[in-house]
Amino acid sequence: MPAAESHVAHHFPDLEVQSHAARLGMWLFLATEVLLFGGLFTAYALYRMLYPSAFHGASRLIETSMGALNTVVLITSSLTVALAFHYSRQSRNRLAALLLVATIGLGFVFLGVKAVEYAHHFREGHLPGRFYRYAGLQVPGASMFFTVYFLMTGLHGIHVIIGMGVLTWLAVGAWRGSYGGDYTTPIELGGMYWHLVDLIWIFLFPLLYLI
Amino acid sequence: MSPSPASIPPAPADAGAPLYLERNYLNARRGLWSWLTTLDHKRIGVMYLVLTSAALFLGGIFAMLLRIELLTPGPTIMSALAYNRTFTLHGVVMIFLFMIPAIPGIFGNFFLPLMIGARDVAFPRLNLLSVYLYLTGAAIALYGMIHGGADTGWTFYTPYSTTTVTMVWPILLGAFVLGMGSIVTGLNFIVTVHTLRAPGIGFMRMPLFVWALYATSIIQVLATPVLGITLLLVAVENVFGFGIFDPARGGDPVLFQHMFWFYSHPAVYIMILPAMGAITEVLSAFARKNTFGYRAVAFSSLGIAFVGFFTWGHHLFTSGQSTVDAGIFGVLSMFVGIFTAIKIFNWTATLYRGSIAIRTPFIYVIAFLFFLLFGGMTGIALATVALDVHWQDTYFVVAHFHFIMVGGTVAGFLAALTYWWPKMFGKSYSERWGIVGATLIFLGFNFTFIPQFLLGNEGMPRRYYSYPVRFWPLNVASTAGASVLALGFLVVLATLLLSLKYGKPAGPNPWGSRGYEWKTLSPPPEGNFLTQPTYPRMPHDYDDLNPGRGGH
Repeated sequence: MPAAESHVAHHFPDLEVQSHAARLGMWLFLATEVLLFGGLFTAYALYRMLYPSAFHGASRLIETSMGALNTVVLITSSLTVALAFHYSRQSRNRLAALLLVATIGLGFVFLGVKAVEYAHHFREGHLPGRFYRYAGLQVPGASMFFTVYFLMTGLHGIHVIIGMGVLTWLAVGAWRGSYGGDYTTPIELGGMYWHLVDLIWIFLFPLLYLI
Repeated sequence: MSPSPASIPPAPADAGAPLYLERNYLNARRGLWSWLTTLDHKRIGVMYLVLTSAALFLGGIFAMLLRIELLTPGPTIMSALAYNRTFTLHGVVMIFLFMIPAIPGIFGNFFLPLMIGARDVAFPRLNLLSVYLYLTGAAIALYGMIHGGADTGWTFYTPYSTTTVTMVWPILLGAFVLGMGSIVTGLNFIVTVHTLRAPGIGFMRMPLFVWALYATSIIQVLATPVLGITLLLVAVENVFGFGIFDPARGGDPVLFQHMFWFYSHPAVYIMILPAMGAITEVLSAFARKNTFGYRAVAFSSLGIAFVGFFTWGHHLFTSGQSTVDAGIFGVLSMFVGIFTAIKIFNWTATLYRGSIAIRTPFIYVIAFLFFLLFGGMTGIALATVALDVHWQDTYFVVAHFHFIMVGGTVAGFLAALTYWWPKMFGKSYSERWGIVGATLIFLGFNFTFIPQFLLGNEGMPRRYYSYPVRFWPLNVASTAGASVLALGFLVVLATLLLSLKYGKPAGPNPWGSRGYEWKTLSPPPEGNFLTQPTYPRMPHDYDDLNPGRGGH
């Protein structure tokens, strides 16, 4: 298949080895992402242990329904990105591109909901460290909850934005027919990254909103 | 093939090979732009050689300034604040700009593909990106240095690092970017080893330098992100005051120490494992024997990488850690000693009844073995909680880690540099001056750091710019030793640079080494091999030269 051969770099024997290398590289990159967030999860665990009641009280100040909505939004976006890969393998490139656009759209919905939540926190003074000024909950550790909350959701939000950038690039490529058939590795890797971003949220939601 | 034991036969691929390949990777393309945009792993290795050598030089200048300041008990040439900034810069430059990137960046990039018969690393563009991440990180850190520099020490301990008036954040950000470069290199090496080994090179036939790089890469990929988030948190704390490590706002500064050392202790093995791998290669080549206990040496690299993740608590013996925790971390730290001892015993067994050729690289091997044993044994002593409480934050600790880092890593670096120089540039350097340089470095190093063990044991604390008069004589000895050490580095630098212009062509395999990387020409052609080599034997298989001795 000449179209696929042209994607093989000179130092790889064939496309199969090259795709395997790309997937392995992506898995390793995802491992680094898990450890990057791992530092924040460690901080969360420590401060939750040090200030259990303050964390419990502060987590009542963030709206569970908004978090639940965003969880549904992101899980749906994981479905659309998986379907994009599925149709790309069948060379239905336009459909794959549209599914990627849908994924990006769900990313915007997620960020919009998050922005509404952040705006509420800024109005009420649910803020980290020295910026905390919410009169309704003045106990040691309440400001630390919002430090951890903003750091974790902020870093996650940055990943959502990066993911949307990657998916935009892939959607353009898919629309132009750069992928399809045997050569779908870029969409697969982009999808893996998006799944990881979703997965981190699946952990953030219960830790920050529910318990 | 039936060679006479007295002479070293050329490898089959060398038969009729030119002494110096005229059209090689250095001149196949010309111009600065061809270097800045190169995807050739060999050229990227050479760029790392230039950059990390410059960093070594800069860090060395800071070290000499420190030693000059400590020449007299009172203030000598600088203020206390300037001293604090200088030792911070010395540490930051040496660790983040030299120790961590040097051996993987230079020799890993250059030789890993050659050693497994590959045309390049798996992701050449990411490889080039890592050079630019290195340059960017270095530039950001340099910006911080010019605008005052930090005075926190390279460990950036909170709450001091979040309250000091000096410019800490650019150096933190610089280290963060440098960490990204380190991750990219590690990721690239792991994937390369898994996917690009040539036919005939199974995992259990890889050169042991490749095994060491593989173990190092695992640490780089899994530990560096934790440093990244930790440094970001300190930077956020510095700029915004979120209170994550601030006791006044409910934060815990000891959390910083845990997160920092979760990376920075394994990082010590990022620095030493590649040196151990290089030493294994050089040692086999100059003992003319296959490495004793190939599997043990390979797996001990992985063992160090694994156990290294569970030793960070030994940096917190005096930070309020429970006695049980401290004991457990102490014992786990000693496991590293076991894996290191496995290597040392196997190296010694490799030398046993070898036909040893005393050449410049081999002198570094001998120095390395001495330094590693000395540094390692004092490390075991420091992992003992009761002793560590006595030595905590004294010059004993300083001397210990300089024995491992300078004695181990730098000696490994120089062994690798002098061993592989003829392959990289196709030229021989002056053997006489090579030996002079190596001898000066060995003597200078000992005179610099052995007095520091004694000073630390007598109670001289680290990171002070003045000291009581009773510590004076040993400090003078240490500064004198450092001057000899610096002279040794200059001799090595001059010897190697002059060889580029005046050196004779080295030939494809001047040492008669049976390492796989010597199967190509010197300097290698742009695509690494003119014809794909075959690998019928283990690397460093010299059994046919040692009739009657039997192979291990």
